[in-house]
Amino acid sequence: MKAKVHVTLKKGVLDPQGKAIGNALHSLGFGNVGEVRQGKVIEIELAETDRSKAEAAVRTMCEKLLANTVIEDYAVELVG
Amino acid sequence: MKAAVIVFPGSNCDRDLSVALERATGTPPKMVWHRETELPPVDLIAVPGGFSYGDYLRSGAMAAQSPVMRTVVEHAAKGVRVLGVCNGFQVLTEARLLPGALMRNAGLKFVSRPVGLRVENVESDFTRGYEAGQRIHIPVAHHDGNYFADEATLDRLEGEGRVAFRYVDEDGEPTADGNINGSARNIAGILNESRTVLGLMPHPERAVEPLHGGTDGQPFFRSLVEALS
Repeated sequence: MKAKVHVTLKKGVLDPQGKAIGNALHSLGFGNVGEVRQGKVIEIELAETDRSKAEAAVRTMCEKLLANTVIEDYAVELVG
Repeated sequence: MKAAVIVFPGSNCDRDLSVALERATGTPPKMVWHRETELPPVDLIAVPGGFSYGDYLRSGAMAAQSPVMRTVVEHAAKGVRVLGVCNGFQVLTEARLLPGALMRNAGLKFVSRPVGLRVENVESDFTRGYEAGQRIHIPVAHHDGNYFADEATLDRLEGEGRVAFRYVDEDGEPTADGNINGSARNIAGILNESRTVLGLMPHPERAVEPLHGGTDGQPFFRSLVEALS
């Protein structure tokens, strides 16, 4: 099984990189672009067939290492 | 005062810190590799600047999970003084020894230059050698120094007098102009609840000899030696 972890900055936490990307999109002529937020995706191969066990394990990984919950939110997606 | 300097792969201020500590104490500190699980008996543990583990994932995130940091956290709980400079500050927040987080500089640029600071708390073993409100100049060199914490945490830090240093402008005021990286409330350095752990983005070890262009870092190390010897 594979897990996809999406890590994003929490609402209210300023994202200067997302803002710079938004400005660049505007200067490229994409006038309809609103707020842009940048995050990261981490893909993890898991030797686990039980979906709930896999999700629980990945959530623990997020809390311990993959996300800094002071500034970031995370979402876990199981693939396959 | 006996000191240890933690060395991670990617640390690059470990030697500067070691030289500054040796100058202040007369004894070279123990250099402790990240894989160690035990520390020699010391009064101060210093976590240096650099790019531990290549800043992978988040600055300081990997280092915070290293074997030696587990031991550092245990020692900190016993009251051993812990200092984190620059990447060391990032490691201490990631290890939850200090609250908040250090994010990408608001201007997105790496900032490397001497900056004006105001010493806000002179009642810690790290800062007693300064005068309250003293304005000093210390170099910074970082990309991720934008201090963030939620409002409640910031209020608690202020209320408990745990803001140790603030970025200031040329007039010595903590204005937006003086805020080099977008840090909440111009915070450059903070203390833990018991004032035994301090993290700061500026590099006091880079301001201890006239050849450095300034010696405003000397009182920092003198404070530690006086408190811990």
